Amino acid sequence: MERFVQLVVDGVAIGSVYGALALALVLIFRSTGIVNFAQGEMAMFSTFIAWALVESGQPLGLALLAALALSFVGGMLVERLVIRPVEGEDQLTILIVTLGLFILVNSGAGWIWGFENRAFPRALPGGSADVAGVRLSWESLGILAVLLVVVGLLFLLFQRTKLGLAMRAVAANPASSRLVGISVGRTLMIGWGLAALIGAVAGVLVAPLLFLDVNLMGGVLVYSFAAATLGGFDSPKGAVIGGWIIGVAETLAGSYIGFIGSDLTILVPLVIILGVLLVRPTGLYGSPEVVRA
Amino acid sequence: MSLLEVEGLEAGYGPVTVVRDVSFSVDEGKVVTILGANGAGKTTTLRALSGVARASGSVRFDGREISGRSPEAIVRRGIAHVPEGRGNFASLTVEENLRLGAYVRKDGKAAREDMERCFEHFPRLRERREQAAGNLSGGEQQMLAIARGLMLRPRLLLLDEPSHGLSPLITREVFKILETIAREEGTTLLVVEQNANLVLRFADHAYVLETGRVVLDGSAEEIGNDEGVRRSYLGMV
Repeated sequence: MERFVQLVVDGVAIGSVYGALALALVLIFRSTGIVNFAQGEMAMFSTFIAWALVESGQPLGLALLAALALSFVGGMLVERLVIRPVEGEDQLTILIVTLGLFILVNSGAGWIWGFENRAFPRALPGGSADVAGVRLSWESLGILAVLLVVVGLLFLLFQRTKLGLAMRAVAANPASSRLVGISVGRTLMIGWGLAALIGAVAGVLVAPLLFLDVNLMGGVLVYSFAAATLGGFDSPKGAVIGGWIIGVAETLAGSYIGFIGSDLTILVPLVIILGVLLVRPTGLYGSPEVVRA
Repeated sequence: MSLLEVEGLEAGYGPVTVVRDVSFSVDEGKVVTILGANGAGKTTTLRALSGVARASGSVRFDGREISGRSPEAIVRRGIAHVPEGRGNFASLTVEENLRLGAYVRKDGKAAREDMERCFEHFPRLRERREQAAGNLSGGEQQMLAIARGLMLRPRLLLLDEPSHGLSPLITREVFKILETIAREEGTTLLVVEQNANLVLRFADHAYVLETGRVVLDGSAEEIGNDEGVRRSYLGMV
């Protein structure tokens, strides 16, 4: 029983990482209808920035904050310079642009920082806590706490601020948003910046668990796609809950289903994506596409 | 000097020009309507005024040239546009839609008072203030769209087919409210409408648009009595 609870908590922790990146995907999809395949690579790049700052002698906390801030700016620049020129083009064009961005960012990181594995410093405490007789790692609890803080701040942003209202307005009806005086371009830039920042959070959370290299987020992206698909691609709540379900399913399947072990866990998200698309394409919390005649 | 003076307006989308050499003016505190068949360029004219369609020629609002300005800049001058199809934010609540109408205003407190005033004009919206706009009935959605426009406390309110898709009963209700807004609050209205009968009853002045050109203008009464207009737009012989 203790092992089961530990696995679930670890699953929720890793699922929080998936949820964070899924949240970034969902934010962009909701406001622009674009699935940003480069989201994971942008997060990897952010993580490298944090690592490089630490290597250059900056304290870890400062390095992380600086990396998040730079990610925000980077995300805005990506929207302005890469996405805006193809805005309104067909889905395939945009898909290829985001795939191109994936390759660009991936190779760029390798060109700057090399392709070898790096150890990423731990920001969260090691060891474990004793919760009701079950030993849970501080790291897992810390990751979960970070995600909850991110979600809380996002909720406040979207529900309580004028900027958040404008962002939701642009997602709901860009044409009308312009008519009430919202600068749609600026709002979309901020949305991409925000998504890049949240992706960076996912990157620096997962990097200490794995090794940092240019393919850090490749696997995470697959799990995050599963989380976003399961939760409903336009639902932030769905992204987070989907992330947890995927994370728990992954750790439990890895431990209890013999042939999956630690090598075939990638099957879990793929099966879930397939299952969701077959049974309930809108996911748990997604809104069905409504076309009014 | 009129509040809005349009001279030689040419407007369209991309390479397509829909409106050619249109001139008209709207006096402060008046209700002006643009009549015309489908495709005459009524909607494009309004869209050019609010900056969402390509426009050239002269559009002077309160003495200042606004032609070619961005929609954001034009809204700030005090022109609210209630577009064809209402343009509500379907997934947002009624109250959030109204707050967005006042997006560019700096006077938060006065805007909140204006929301109360909107609810007095449209009591049904008050009942539904926490509901998603997409769940409202057609009439309520049109009321919400007009209320959103009023939330700017506009100097000029552009209305595109306020009767579209509404039952005759609801249409009359909506027009009664518009009349109140125009007469009691002195809001200047520029209304594009297929239902000429209805709009000529409370407009001060009317222009008739045909294939992108103004072919007739006069007081609402004159236009309402014009043989050609009666035959073409009022369904009377």
